Amino acid sequence: MILQCALLFVFLAAGELIVSATGVPVPSSIIGMLLLTIALKAKIIRLMWIEQVADFLVKNLGFFFVPAGVGLMSRLELISREWIPIVGATVISTIVIIAVTGRVHQIVRHITGGTHHTTTHTDTDGLSDK
Amino acid sequence: MDFLTNKFFLIALTFSVYLVSRILQSRLKVSLLNPILLSIIVLIAFLMTFDIDYAVYSDSCDYIDFWLKPAVVALGVPLYRQLEAIKKQLLPLLAAELAGCVAGIVSVVGVAELLGASKEVVMSLAPKAVTTPIAMEVSGAIGGIPSLTAAVVICTGIFGGMAGFRIIRYSHIKSPIASSLSLGTAAHAIGTSAAMEKSYRYGAFSSLGLTLNGLFTSLFTPTILSLMGYQL
Repeated sequence: MILQCALLFVFLAAGELIVSATGVPVPSSIIGMLLLTIALKAKIIRLMWIEQVADFLVKNLGFFFVPAGVGLMSRLELISREWIPIVGATVISTIVIIAVTGRVHQIVRHITGGTHHTTTHTDTDGLSDK
Repeated sequence: MDFLTNKFFLIALTFSVYLVSRILQSRLKVSLLNPILLSIIVLIAFLMTFDIDYAVYSDSCDYIDFWLKPAVVALGVPLYRQLEAIKKQLLPLLAAELAGCVAGIVSVVGVAELLGASKEVVMSLAPKAVTTPIAMEVSGAIGGIPSLTAAVVICTGIFGGMAGFRIIRYSHIKSPIASSLSLGTAAHAIGTSAAMEKSYRYGAFSSLGLTLNGLFTSLFTPTILSLMGYQL
C-alpha cells in the first residue's frame, strides 16, 4: 500500500512540477493522470503496483465531493438571489452536453468506421472488462 | 459543545452520514436518494442546527477534500485499461468531446445570461461540467467565484447522475460507449460513479469523457468566452 500511495503521489507531484515550471493552465491532477496512463502504457510501472489504491479511490469518488458540496451553505445568499439562472442554465446545459456528445460520437463513428456499427450488439466492442 | 467542532468528530460524522446514505440508497433503490446529495443535505442541516460555521467544517474536512486531486490522478488506471478501445476510435471520441465541451460552455453561459445572471455568476457557471478541482481553477482564472462553482459542479453531477440515463434515452443515444462518454462529459466524476454502478466498462469510458472534457475545458474556456464577447 505504501508503494501504491507513493506512486500515486509521485504522479501528482510530477503534475504539480510541470504546472509550476511551464505555467500551463491545466490542473496538475489531470497532468498527473495522463502521466500515469503514459507510464502504464510504456511499462515504466506495472498496473499491480498502483491498481489497489487507484481502484479504491475511483470506486469511492463520490464521497470525496461531499465536503465541497457542503460548501453550498456558505453561498446560500447568492444562490437564493440568482437561483433561477443557476438552476436553469445548469439543467439545460447538462441536457445539451449529454445529447450533443452522445449524438456526435454516434454520427462520427458511423461516418468514419461504420465497420462495427451493423448491430447494436457489436457496438459494445472495445468495452471489454479486464 | 466544543466536541461538535472537533475535527475528528466532523470527519467521522462525514464518513458515517455517507455510509448510511449509501446503505439507504442500496436498500430502497430510489434514485432521488443520491448518497452524495443526501449526505450534503444532512450535513448542512446538522451544521446549521448546531450553529457551526462552514469554515470550521471545511478546515476539518480538508482532509477528505485533499483526496480529490489524487483521486483524479487515479482515473489514469481505468483510462489505461481502455486505451486499446480508445485508439480504435480516436476521431469519433475527439469530435464528440470537442462538440460537447463547446456546446456545454456556450449553452450554460447563454442560458444564464438570458435568465439575468450577474457576470460573476455567469463566469462561475462556465466550467460547471467538469470535475471540481479543474472547474474551480478555471473559474478563478476567468473571474468567477470558485466556491460557487464547486457547489454548482456538485449539483450538475448529481443531476447528471440521477437524470443522465433518462436524457440518454430521450436523445436516442444507443451505443454504450456514446452513453457513458456523454455522462462523464456532462457530469464529471459523479456521472462517472453512476456509470461505474452500471459496469466497470461504462465507468472507463465515462472517465474518458470526464478527462477529455476537463482537459478541453481548461484549455478552451478562456478562448470560447472571448469569442462570445466577454472581457476576462
